[in-house]
Order: sequence, then structure tokens, then C-alpha cells
Amino acid sequence: MRPFLGFVRKETLHLLRDRQTLGILLLFPVLQVLIFGFAVRTDVEDIAIAIVDPTPDVATLELRERIAASDRFHVAAVSTSARGLDARFRDGSVRQALLLPTEVERRIGRGDSLQLQLVTDGSDPNTGGIMQGYATAILDRWYREVVPQGGTLRIEARSRMRYNPTLESAHLFVPGLVAFVLTIVSALMTAISIAREKETGTMEMLLVSPIRPTAIVAGKVIPYIVLGFVSVLLVLVAARTVFEVPLRGNVVLLLAVSGLYIITALALGIVISTKAPNQRTAMIAALAGLMLPTMILSGFIFPIDSLPRPLQLLSYIVPARWFLVIVRGIMLKGAGLATLWQETLVLVGMTLLFLARGSRGLAIRLG
Amino acid sequence: MRTVFYLVRKEFLQIFRDRTTVFQIFLIPVVQLLVLSNAATFDVKQVAMMVVDEDRTTVSAGLVQRLEAGRQFRVLRYEPTDAGVDHALLDREVTAVLHIPRRFEEDLVRRGRAPVQLILNSEEGATAGIVQSYALSILAAYSAELDRTLPRLGVPRTVRVSPLDLRTQRRFNPTRNYKHWMVPALMVSLTTIIGLLLTAQNITRENELGTLEQLNVTPMTKIQFIAAKLIPFWLLSLVIFTIGLAIGKLVFGIPMRGNLLIVYLAAMAYLVVVLGLGLWISTITRTQQQAMFVAFFVIMIFLLMSGLFTPVDSMPRWAQWVAEANPVKHFVAVMRAVLVRGAGLETVGRPILGLGVAGLGVLALAVTRYRKSVA
Repeated sequence: MRPFLGFVRKETLHLLRDRQTLGILLLFPVLQVLIFGFAVRTDVEDIAIAIVDPTPDVATLELRERIAASDRFHVAAVSTSARGLDARFRDGSVRQALLLPTEVERRIGRGDSLQLQLVTDGSDPNTGGIMQGYATAILDRWYREVVPQGGTLRIEARSRMRYNPTLESAHLFVPGLVAFVLTIVSALMTAISIAREKETGTMEMLLVSPIRPTAIVAGKVIPYIVLGFVSVLLVLVAARTVFEVPLRGNVVLLLAVSGLYIITALALGIVISTKAPNQRTAMIAALAGLMLPTMILSGFIFPIDSLPRPLQLLSYIVPARWFLVIVRGIMLKGAGLATLWQETLVLVGMTLLFLARGSRGLAIRLG
Repeated sequence: MRTVFYLVRKEFLQIFRDRTTVFQIFLIPVVQLLVLSNAATFDVKQVAMMVVDEDRTTVSAGLVQRLEAGRQFRVLRYEPTDAGVDHALLDREVTAVLHIPRRFEEDLVRRGRAPVQLILNSEEGATAGIVQSYALSILAAYSAELDRTLPRLGVPRTVRVSPLDLRTQRRFNPTRNYKHWMVPALMVSLTTIIGLLLTAQNITRENELGTLEQLNVTPMTKIQFIAAKLIPFWLLSLVIFTIGLAIGKLVFGIPMRGNLLIVYLAAMAYLVVVLGLGLWISTITRTQQQAMFVAFFVIMIFLLMSGLFTPVDSMPRWAQWVAEANPVKHFVAVMRAVLVRGAGLETVGRPILGLGVAGLGVLALAVTRYRKSVA
């Protein structure tokens, strides 16, 4: 036990001595969560819309007024003909165009069918769909109020958004960011720290010492677990105080699972580092190999349900995916271990697997 | 010039000698582009739904039938009471719950109005909005259908009101193909990640290994040094970019409506910015570990604040200003404008010029920051 403690002490000193790196490690995750908590959002606001109104009258002015008054839209141009619209769509200065027919008021008065055309920049299908939805809602409401509807039958839907009633982007992305930042930072930290010992040749020295390979790995990881945990605390405090992300579940459970997840990510870093001969390979694997998959296959930005079936299966091997379900479950939904035990068990399993592989990889190198 | 040439040759030898790295540089982007392009979508496939039907009449059954017929919903559970709702939502068993209250049919017949409640798991935000609009349009269609078919009590038939005839059209991507939108973005991400990592790590590594001193005592100038470090990675990144474009075209069939030369012009300028930035990071950090973290931070900001995944227009004002200084934002905008919308130089000339100027600026920064002498 004593040599092991000495080893842990050596690693801790290593970490503490390098103030610059320590600062970076503690500060970056919080900084990232702060910046992206504000900046990563999907709500669509301030859509530049062009209205083509060949014969303005009371009804169309009313409609234009309504569109302008909505904070979703700003009217970029009103004209009497559709000329020049193509160019404006191409250079992106207009995202949507509403083409009204002539003599709207007269048509309504006669009870004629009113044909409007709504053109949306659909290059981004998601935003396109949302923009179309907003415009359609305004048009429908306007039409219902301008044209007397009488006793038309209507089923009135009352929607309720559970767990995130305002659809606040920060509530959605902050838990995701926690998972994302933790994965990359933790995996990268260990991967590089072990690969560095290899590159500078000190790993050989450690391996010939009486400390067992497993103990070397453990000793390397322990200081980083503490560091990772401090960083989780900072991130969670930021999430609560700055973004007011609700914490409906149990704090202790959240911290415990975060601790578990840090170990998972660190263990992943160990596996990478045992395979990599030098720091460059280790970090390309950790960053280039993990960054996009963690971002895209974890449900952080794109919902898992949207993935095609084979990729949903692939997402099962992404640790962040499981952690994300847990963090969102605890923070937003107030879920407890009773509902989240499966995900937690998967993380435990992954951690054990990574640890086993990591320590074996180290032992083999000696032979 | 010869000096630069030899140094470039040295860098190439160094890169290609390390098989693992070469393998990584080419394989990671290709594999990820092939796999992740299918994943980057907000499309809602099929929503697992629970229906709580307290009414149990032909009208309520009809509604359930319409929901299932649309293929967007899969009614997983059909319950008489709302007892299991909370648990099903919490457990992610269902994403949506439709609650049809008692006397649904009766209300429709008597008053022509009846409420239903739609509960959505909005844990994943964007999806909830889309699911809601699916459900609402099915409800609206069913209302219109009932309006014609359902016998009504006491309410006199009103004059037929012609419904609003709204024709919607989606420009540029009418089939709502996410790949057309995301493949260019992923291509840019991968090229950026690889390029920035390799350059950020490069000089720091020479520094850590001590070989930088050897280079420093040679008579070459700072500009030659930086140029020699830049050119190999610039060429490599262009090759990766080209492979990406080829995959995009051949595998995913992304449109190429504009001039490819413009795309390449932008790519050349853009890569100078990114790689120059990498080199600059490499000159200001002492260890590879530090270099990696700074590079990681920069990449995160570049990617997440560029409009790649979430639109720039959704960001708060200050973040939009920050995004203006983000080369990735401009490059992706140019790529999407040229490839998807077929824009020409008159629209994308300015951002390309901006990228070029930024590239020169970053290079100048790296050259001045690089010290040949040891303090």
C-alpha cells in the first residue's frame, strides 16, 4: 500500500506543479458550459420574411401588422411583385417569403377561396420546418379572425410540454454539455498523461518498479478523478445558478453518477493510451476519434430517436449516451435510481471493461 | 525557397513514417463522415405514443385510428385511465401522451367543441415541437372530417366557409434531406479537427523533444520555418477535404449547384486560417498536453458557435458577433451557399476575401510569436 500511496503522491505533485495545465483543466469545462449554454440553441427567432402584396388593402395590412408584431419575424421587405426574390433567397438575406394574391379583401368578402403562397428556405430542414410552422400559425389565426368561421367543428388540443415547458434550449443542452465536456476532458487527460510517460521513456521505469501495472493505472487516474469531480461541481453550480437548469432529482445521486462517469471516461483514456505509442496518436484518437461521435451519437444535439436503426445500435457503445439519459433524467425529470438503474449498470459494466482492457494492455507491453 | 522545400520534405517524411498517424488522419474522417452523416438529423421517425381514452366511443376510436394511420405515431399503449402516464414518460417508454377525456363525442355533437390533452416529453426540445405539429395537423384534419360527417345536435349548419388555401414550398431542399445540409458541415468539422490538432501539436512536440533547438540554430528565417510547417498540412488537409467532397457526392449525392472552383478557393483560404491558428497555438504552449487543451477549446468554440449544428440566428446577439469572427462559420456558410443554393462569387466573394485576410493575419501572428532564441 505504501509504494502505491507514494505513487499517487507523485502523480498529484505532477499535476499540481504544472499550474498552467491545472488552470486550463479546471477553467475550460466551466468556460465551455457557460459559453455554449448561452450560444447553443435551436429556437428560431428573428426570421427575415419578405411579403409580396400586389394590392395592399385593409386585410393585407392587418396581416402584415401581425407578422411584424410577432417577435419571431422581422419584415425584411414589402413589395408589389416577386421580382428580385430569387437573388435575396440565394444570398440568404431573406429566409421566407409570403406571396399574397391580388384583392385579398374583395375575395374574402365574396367568400372566394384565398390562395396564398409561402416559400421557405428549406436548406436546413429543421429550421425550415420550424419557420414554416410559425408562419402557418400566424396565417391560420389571421384567417380565422378575418373570415367568420361560424360553427365549424373543432377539436381543441391543449398541449403540455413535460419536463421543459418553455422548451428552453439551455435546459436541454447544459446536461448534454456536462456529459460532452467530461468525456473529452477526462479521456484526453489520462490518455495524454500515460502516453507522455511512454514517449519520454519514464513508463519503462515505472513498469520495472515493484508496483503492479494495475496499481500504476490506478495511481495515474486517482488525481484526475478528484480533478474531474471538482470540475463537475463547478459545471453543475454554473448550470444551476447561471442557467437555472432545474435539479428535480437527488443531488447525491447526481454527484455519485457523475463520479462514476468520470471513472468511465478516464478508463477509456487508459485504453486509448495503452494502444497509442506517442502523444500525437493518443490525442488524435481521443479528440478526433471521440469528439464528433460523442457530439452526434449521444443525443446531445440530435435526438437518439431520430437516428436510423443501425446507428441507434451503434450509439449503445457511446458512454456519453447513457450518462446523458441519466443526467437529463435526474435534473429535468426528477427520476431516481428506480428508473435509471439500467443506464447506471451499463456505465458500471463499461468502466469495468475499460479498466480490465487498460491494465492488461499495460501488462502485455512488458513482455 | 530550397530551404522551405527541404523542410517540407522532412515534415512529409515524418508524417508518413508514422503509420498509425497516417492511418488516423485518413481513416477517421472517412469513417466518421460515412457513419455520422446518417446520424446528424432532427427528423422524427416514429413517435411512441400512449393514448388515454376515457371516452371509448366511435369518435375517439376514430381519432386513434387516424393517428396510427399517419405512420408518424405508433400507439404503444391504449389505456382507459391516466394512471400509468407519469411512469411511461419518466421511463422514456413513450414520447407523447394523448388524453381524450370523458364525454368527448358528446361534447362534439352538442357543442361542436371538445378538448383533448397532448402531453409531450420535451426533454429533447426540438423533437417535442415537431411531434406537436404532427399531432396538431392530424387533429385538424380529423376535425374537418368530423365537421362534414358527424351529425350535430342543436347547432344549425352554418354557411360553408372555404378553408385557407395555403401552398407551402421549401426552397433548395424540398425533400428535406438532412444530408444535403449536414454532409458539408461534417466535412468541414473533420478537416478542421484534424488540421488544427496536427499543427497545434507540431511545434510543441519539437520543443518537447528538443529538436526545435536544432532547427533554431540553422540559418533559416522565421517565415521560412512557419511556411515549411504550414505547407505540408495545408496540402494534406486539402486532400482530406477532396476525399470528403468525393464521398459527399458519390455516397450521399449532395447537390453541387454552384462552381466547385469557388468552394476550393474558399477551402484554400480557410485552411490557411485554421492551420495558421494551430501553429500559433503551438508556439504559445509549452507542452503537448497544453497545446491539446487549447486546441480542443478552440475547436469546440469553432464548431459549436458556427451554425454547423444549431443555427447562428438562434444565438443571442453577442454570440452572433463572436460567430462573425469564426472562420468555420464563414466557410460553412460559403460551402452551403455554393453547393446547396448555387450562389456565385458575387454573394460569397466577401467572406472568401475575409478568410484570406484572416489567414494572412494569423500567419503574421504565428511568425512574430515564434522565437528562434531561447529566453
